[in-house]
Amino acid sequence: MHISVEWLREFCPAPLTAPQLRDLITARVATVEGMEALRTDLAPFVVARVVESGKVEGTKLSFNKVDDGSGTLLDVVCGAPNVTVGACYPFARSGTVMPDGLKIEKRKIRGHTSNGMLCSARELGLGQDADGILTLETDAAPGTPLLDVLPVGDVRLLVDVLPNRPDLLSHLGVAREVAAATRLPLGLPRALTSGTSVLVAVTVQGTGRAGGVTVTVDDAVGCPRYAGVLIRGVQVGPSPKWLAARVEATGGRSINNVVDASNYLLHAIGQPTHAFDAKRLSGDAVVVRRARAGETIVTLDGVERKLTPSMLVIADAERPVAIAGVMGGRDSEVTSRTTDLFFEVAYFAPSVVRPTRRALGLSTDASYRFERGIDRADVARALALGVQLIQAVAGGTVEGEPVDVAVAAPAPVAVRLTAARLARVLGIPVSVADAVRHLEAIGFTATAVDAVSAMVHAPSWRVDVQIEDDLIEEVARLHGYDAIPDELRPFRPGVVPDAADHVTAKRIRAALVGAGLHEAKPLPFVAGTDATHARVLNPLAEDEPHLRRSVLESLARRAEYNLSRMQGDVRLFEVGAVFTPREGSALPAERQMAGLLVMGDRRPAHFTDAKPPAFDAWDAKGLAEQLARAIAPHAAISFVAGDGDALWTVSIDGTPRGEVRAVALDAPVWASPAFGVELSIGDTPSAPIAPPGKHAWGTTPVAQSAAPAVRYRPLPTTPAAEFDLALLVPLALEAGAVEAVLRAEGGELLESLVLFDEYRGKGVPEGQRSLAWRLTFRHPDRTLRDKEIDGRRSQLLKALEKQLGVTARTA
Amino acid sequence: MTEITTLAAFRAAADELAASGPARIAAAATADELAEARNALVGRASGRLGALMKALAALPKEDKKAAGEAANTVKATLEALLDARGAALAALAPRGPAIDRSMPARAQWTGTVHPVTQVIEEIEAIFREIGFTVATGPEAESPWYNFAALNFPADHPAMDLHDTLYLGDEAVLRTHTSPVQVRTLQAWQPPIRVLVPGTVYRRDFFDPSHAPAFAQVEGLCVDEGISFVDLKGTLSHFARRFFGATKTRFRPSFFPFTEPSAEMDVACRLCGGRGCAACKQTGWMEILGCGMVHPSVLEAAGVDSARYTGWAFGMGPGRIALQRFGVPDIRLLYDSDVRFLEQFA
Repeated sequence: MHISVEWLREFCPAPLTAPQLRDLITARVATVEGMEALRTDLAPFVVARVVESGKVEGTKLSFNKVDDGSGTLLDVVCGAPNVTVGACYPFARSGTVMPDGLKIEKRKIRGHTSNGMLCSARELGLGQDADGILTLETDAAPGTPLLDVLPVGDVRLLVDVLPNRPDLLSHLGVAREVAAATRLPLGLPRALTSGTSVLVAVTVQGTGRAGGVTVTVDDAVGCPRYAGVLIRGVQVGPSPKWLAARVEATGGRSINNVVDASNYLLHAIGQPTHAFDAKRLSGDAVVVRRARAGETIVTLDGVERKLTPSMLVIADAERPVAIAGVMGGRDSEVTSRTTDLFFEVAYFAPSVVRPTRRALGLSTDASYRFERGIDRADVARALALGVQLIQAVAGGTVEGEPVDVAVAAPAPVAVRLTAARLARVLGIPVSVADAVRHLEAIGFTATAVDAVSAMVHAPSWRVDVQIEDDLIEEVARLHGYDAIPDELRPFRPGVVPDAADHVTAKRIRAALVGAGLHEAKPLPFVAGTDATHARVLNPLAEDEPHLRRSVLESLARRAEYNLSRMQGDVRLFEVGAVFTPREGSALPAERQMAGLLVMGDRRPAHFTDAKPPAFDAWDAKGLAEQLARAIAPHAAISFVAGDGDALWTVSIDGTPRGEVRAVALDAPVWASPAFGVELSIGDTPSAPIAPPGKHAWGTTPVAQSAAPAVRYRPLPTTPAAEFDLALLVPLALEAGAVEAVLRAEGGELLESLVLFDEYRGKGVPEGQRSLAWRLTFRHPDRTLRDKEIDGRRSQLLKALEKQLGVTARTA
Repeated sequence: MTEITTLAAFRAAADELAASGPARIAAAATADELAEARNALVGRASGRLGALMKALAALPKEDKKAAGEAANTVKATLEALLDARGAALAALAPRGPAIDRSMPARAQWTGTVHPVTQVIEEIEAIFREIGFTVATGPEAESPWYNFAALNFPADHPAMDLHDTLYLGDEAVLRTHTSPVQVRTLQAWQPPIRVLVPGTVYRRDFFDPSHAPAFAQVEGLCVDEGISFVDLKGTLSHFARRFFGATKTRFRPSFFPFTEPSAEMDVACRLCGGRGCAACKQTGWMEILGCGMVHPSVLEAAGVDSARYTGWAFGMGPGRIALQRFGVPDIRLLYDSDVRFLEQFA
């Protein structure tokens, strides 16, 4: 909402500067997001001080040295009689364009150079005083913008009015709050009060007459109140200056006196109105009805619009002439040839205007207000004010009497306000009397006021107030949020346990950051297919309308992004949600995943290790182990070899949780291979906790502490015995199978089993490889004898040969 | 040197060289001086021994052998002394370190936590100190949890504040973390003090200051006797802990799910409150929206709004990260350029 400070002062004579008003409105009412000086033509002028002055012989001119803050004293010739050394004046530097359009240039006058102009009030458009240059009473440094020291011209405040306060979408509404905060009176501008005639509309139901026009409301739900008046003999023409200035101050453009009057009323009191050219209304009829299928209208903006039966229109005897509450039609527009007006003031229901506005994609000042709710009780007064204003600027006489087609308005909302609830919500004692005083200042009324409560009636324009806490908000902001103390008071700690997925994500982050990976947060949208991916129905980027099924998919695209920027060392991870469509449910299945991708050098180059090896599948397998341990500490992690790019399936406690993959990328030739891991953390349930209006207290399972107790094993007191086994293993036989036999036959004294070498090539028969394990044995109570170890060794070799056909490597 | 023509003269010259040489060698204090001495004494071309060897040619034939032996003896003596002195000087010379400690470490890759996560973790740490735990919820939500339960009237202009991405008639991508307020209130009997970090979605173009998916942190406190004073006290405490000693201000605002509603600003960190481009000349930075939980929200979750009251807030850690780290374009947070991410070590 654009608020003109000058105009605001016509409603409430608050002796506050524009910045003071900005701060007051922000603190008590609604945020002022910006402040604009409307005399932008004065923006280039600065404060300048005359440092030296001399007379030009034989003339009234003076030549002066002027400090304009630029650091260099300027020569300026001036014709004014009142140049005083040491005084400050408005100054136009060379190149400045004066309000009348003249450009100030550097020039020579009587042999003296002049680099700019010291200005009079008239030259600045600030009045008629041209007797001399304008002396500035200011301490501001030379070079300060003139507008900073001379608050001239109107200032526009940009007020961020939120959807609950349509009453603030007018100068009257904002002024009402300023008046309450400053305890100053609130009134209407002279332009709206200087008229003499007091019009009283005739209230009817269904249909009535305004002069020669028949007004019929067919749809009292969409239009519970419709007032109109016929004004004959108006002279449409340019607006008077004051009216055009008001229209322009609110960001509009002056069109003609009648249209401007309508816009003035909208921004003054928040009531949208519309003037039709009465001669263009076929059949002298105005009908408020739903549009008929197939009807169209060309609106004021020149666009032909298709109407549907859900839309409310104003029609004459034949066709729609306006879309109710949204925009008028071009055929019945007021033009310079218009002499007779049908002037409309109505209340259109938000439930009708909003869908129409959305369907047409046409938001106007009027629809914006109707959608939020205007003051239904103010329609008749607005009509009278409008007629008065039109007659003042365009003349004309009212034919017959205005008509007000209305159904009974709902009773005003009455809410009991209690001192107890005030104190409970605000945390400070506020007396009912103080609360009522605050509320009355903005138009509420109170009955049955006593020490503990009052019955409070909301004014007709406060459509947002429904419950006691709404009143408490009014009291709190009028009291001032800043006047409520910000002290820490005793509290009970919460009983909600930490969400398991959040705790897990923290462990994952610690582990993978420790492993040298960077956490990434890519956008979760991808180009998928409707069959496999959950689809966003109204995506912004049509090329990526789906939600991802995989975190690794996002990381792969991010790796490609890095490769395209010549970054080949990519180590990324993410903990995030993935989605898969679910049969019979609009909500997709949602799951938290942890993914990682590594490629490039395994460690930074060093002078001892100029070309470190690149990440390989074994690194990825190791990172998968780390990740799995972070997801489920102490759980059993197992790997099953996969096919092709799927290197391993990873299971935690026997349940498959994800994969280790070779990741295929759109990569340049110099890039190293990429490897990825993606494991599931767990499903995120989206089912309701309880039905609407109900809770499910006591039924939520309390998660057990995640970590099973670690049991201490006594430290060994006896020496270990170890030996190596180098075996010839067929290529088709997995090392894991060999290990299984070693473990089974090694017995309980086998403490550890480490595969430490693999060799293929010379000295190893075709179709085989050499694998070497180091086995460590330990007896808990005594030293193992050499004979026992040797026996164990030959027993193992026998078992291997018998079960797997594997023999020791002898060469 | 005088002409040497006899063996005796040769011997005398050799003896003299043998006698004076050691002092000259001992006097050499540096490797350079020693090299000079070596040259002067035993040098083949210009040294004194060289001169003796040349004189050998002038001696009678029968004396040559004896003279040669004498010269060799002197040469051996002097060279031994020269070598010894050389060794001694080398031992004295300042020795370079065994290893050059200016050379770089054998480093490991340094991983980093995403800057937005860093901000969330810091917020979380402050609220943990005052009794909050962390709750989470689904990102794909029902319209009831995302809107209706939070007191958004159906098809009301308040909905325009949330440009929603729809998955279906009965499914949206949550536009805020506030649905988790309702889920938490349904699941647990107060006292409730939870923080809800999470990803939320809006139908916003991906540009320097907007993203269609971004992080939000919600806070919810519900118990008996919780008031606006608790809201102001707790959030001001947070602001002081997070931003350092700073002024806060609370402005009236509107959210369907809070009543009264407010926004909290802190004095602009860049200009100290005087007004600058970053704070749009207001001297204040918007930090979060907050308010007392609307009774309708409590009732929607089955909580008795006459018995319990509460407050809630929501803020954007992404925006705070941009300010805090001086990042000019929000898209940098999503691009995952490793050169960007590694700066946050």
